[in-house]
Amino acid sequence: MTSPLAIVLVATGALTLSTPLLAADAAAGKAGWTKEYPASDGSAARSCATCHGRDLTQPGRQANTGKVIEPLAPSVNPQRLTDPAKIEKWLLRNCKWTIGRECTAAEKADFIAYIKTQ
Amino acid sequence: MTAHQGILILLMVGAVGVAVSDDGNRNGKLGGWLASRADVVPVANAAYGEECSACHLAYQPGLLPALAWTQVMDPAALGEHYGDDASLTETLRTEIASYLVAHSADQASAPRSRAFAVGFDAKAGTGLPRITETRYFKRKHHRVPASLVAGNPEVGSFSQCHTCHRGAAKGIYNDSQIDIPGHGPWED
Ligand code: HEC
Ligand code: HEC
Ligand code: HEC
Repeated sequence: MTSPLAIVLVATGALTLSTPLLAADAAAGKAGWTKEYPASDGSAARSCATCHGRDLTQPGRQANTGKVIEPLAPSVNPQRLTDPAKIEKWLLRNCKWTIGRECTAAEKADFIAYIKTQ
Repeated sequence: MTAHQGILILLMVGAVGVAVSDDGNRNGKLGGWLASRADVVPVANAAYGEECSACHLAYQPGLLPALAWTQVMDPAALGEHYGDDASLTETLRTEIASYLVAHSADQASAPRSRAFAVGFDAKAGTGLPRITETRYFKRKHHRVPASLVAGNPEVGSFSQCHTCHRGAAKGIYNDSQIDIPGHGPWED
């Protein structure tokens, strides 16, 4: 009785992994990267570039604390995009802080596709 | 004294000499080993060190009393963390919260750490508790002018301990290791 269960698990895993990848659009991710959203507390408008900058091969700066953020581009920082749990955690926080809501699966896939090309 | 005992004593003296100069070499330029002893026990929990160091240094648990850490680590509070979002999975949140509480200022033996718990009032203030608003912190920093903090692009706020205290990551906060960007060491 264990093997059918294993097959189902594998199939589900493959599905959740490949669906966003198929739909991902790096150009849309690039456009979304610098799109500015007004902040609900009246502070300056926010975008992903607020902390990570426009050139992902360069270090960024955490806007609220000033702490340096290592480059996001895998071409200069191979550690990036290697840990799915870490990616999920930061997309959740960063979308809420930047856009004021969680990102959709498609938005997240586009951002990742864009970062991958950098 | 036999020759045998003499050699033994010489050996021991030699060993002590090596130990002292080794220590002196390591910390010599920072003002000797006494000055570089940790004032607050350094961070020793991997999950905490990873999760709570992404946006600022991982503050040592001994910088706030247990009640304050409990407020900071509340699930809703993590979602509205001093204007940022620091939410965690429930597993990580409980692990980190218990580490912080077990090593908090009121549990510490280091005197400098215990000082951070003195006079803490969980009901005072409207926002989350801050290290920088404890009575001890304010007493130690009231002579530092705003021009060196908010008006200093390399510091920004008192919350960035490591920008002035070079040993902050190791829990060293004493006067001898202060180097304020654009100003230098602190002369009393
Ligand atoms: C308020 C500052 C801030 C903003 C704005 C921000 N981020 Fe981040 N982001 C961070 C920090 C801090 C980290 C973790 C730092 C580290 O790992 O060095 C991070 C990490 C990430 C990661 C994980 C990378 C990895 O290591 O695999 C991704 C992906 C990411 N951000 C995407 C985004 C996207 C997309 C946006 C815009 C919707 C955005 N960020 C906006 C601060 C920010
Ligand atoms: C997403 C970014 C981010 C993460 C992750 C984060 N913090 Fe913070 N934290 C901040 C910001 C922003 C401030 C306010 C800094 C300021 O006022 O200059 C702050 C301030 C604090 C303060 C108050 C410092 C003071 O002024 O005395 C404490 C304590 C603190 N954080 C603890 C934690 C703990 C514990 C964690 C891990 C669960 C954590 N932080 C993770 C962004 C973050
Ligand atoms: C703008 C620079 C600056 C920042 C940022 C800063 N400090 Fe300090 N700190 C000082 C100076 C200067 C003194 C010495 C003041 C005096 O002797 O009048 C001091 C003194 C102290 C002392 C007492 C040292 C002694 O020998 O008595 C402690 C403890 C301390 N700081 C902890 C912290 C912690 C914890 C943080 C972060 C939450 C922090 N400081 C952030 C500049 C800073």
